[in-house]
Amino acid sequence: MRHPCLLILAVYIAFINATELTFELPDNEKQCFYEDLEQGVKFDIDFQVIAGGNYDVDCFVTDPVNNMLYQERKKQYDSFSHTTTMKGVYKVCFSNEFSTFSHKTVYLDFRTGEDARLLPDMNGATALTQMESACLSIHEILKVVSDSQTWYRLREAQDRLRAIILFVVCIGQVLMLKSFFNDKKASVATST
Amino acid sequence: MGYVALESLRTVRRRSVLITGSVKMVAIRMQFTLYLVVLLNIYNSFVSALYFHIGETEKKCFIEEIPDETMIIGNYRTQLYDKQKEEYLPATQGLGMFVEVKDPDEKVILSRQYGSEGRFIFTSHTPGEHQICLHSNSSKFALFAGGMLRVHLDIQVGEHTNNYAEIAAKDKLTELQLRVRQLMEQVDQIQKEQNYQRVSVLQVWQLRSG
Repeated sequence: MRHPCLLILAVYIAFINATELTFELPDNEKQCFYEDLEQGVKFDIDFQVIAGGNYDVDCFVTDPVNNMLYQERKKQYDSFSHTTTMKGVYKVCFSNEFSTFSHKTVYLDFRTGEDARLLPDMNGATALTQMESACLSIHEILKVVSDSQTWYRLREAQDRLRAIILFVVCIGQVLMLKSFFNDKKASVATST
Repeated sequence: MGYVALESLRTVRRRSVLITGSVKMVAIRMQFTLYLVVLLNIYNSFVSALYFHIGETEKKCFIEEIPDETMIIGNYRTQLYDKQKEEYLPATQGLGMFVEVKDPDEKVILSRQYGSEGRFIFTSHTPGEHQICLHSNSSKFALFAGGMLRVHLDIQVGEHTNNYAEIAAKDKLTELQLRVRQLMEQVDQIQKEQNYQRVSVLQVWQLRSG
């Protein structure tokens, strides 16, 4: 290993920050998360309501000068991507203020940072070898795989619950209809 | 980990006095590399992460759904609002954070008091939802004065906790070998999460039917 320092520096410079959190949002409350970002940085926000009430939450994202970058009301899940146009503090807020009694559990994935890139050599930028490029591509794809896996795992849990509720309601309705006909038969029998 | 690097630095410095010539050059280069690792570790701990505000007695809890044998490293840093300077300054002495981690069976696996800045590490032994709770613990009640505490929090899970610089230095890997190692770790983590998902679905069906 001829340039261990460069390698170590490269490993640190290629810094991608990602925070995955699941938090509880009590009724009538708002929770905000802030992040200080440079200009020209791409960030992705994925959120999902995984428990509580109607599985919906208000979400809005603002930039350092309080411009609304994203605003949605009563959303169950969504993804939002943006490249920063100015340096400063970006805010992501979740609001459960429309609900008076249900706590919501929200999953948030906040990813920031540029793609991993090697520190250029002292003589100038050296191209990556084919092997290194292949490794980099696989790394990016695996990141997407990991994030998608988590996303679909949470969606599946909710859809499973919905399917069960649907099934139960269906059976309930059928039984209720059946009971109407049973009463009719009894009254027809008594009248004749 | 920074402590290990410092210890190695001391050993290297002692040894370099006894050797001469080109071998000394190698020792100096190694020393420089170790200094770099130490410096970057210190830098890493100050890199800003996502932050939020909490009140004085407020307890903030986060849930992490993870498979078993997964390491989680949490770094936090607190800042208190200074009314005179009208800005957030690093929190003063006497202000600590109490960190409590519960496993899916509601058993406490970590319960410690840290300072205004801290790092907690734990490894899950059962798959499922782990709860990480933070609340401030101030010995001087006037510190808050009705203000809010800003908490910078950075949680790294599984493969992201690996320190590749350390792995490269320890196993003497070339750049390509390190990249491949990272890919292997990533795939391992994906596989673990997939197995966890399969097991949790089976458990839900067992509960419903049995």
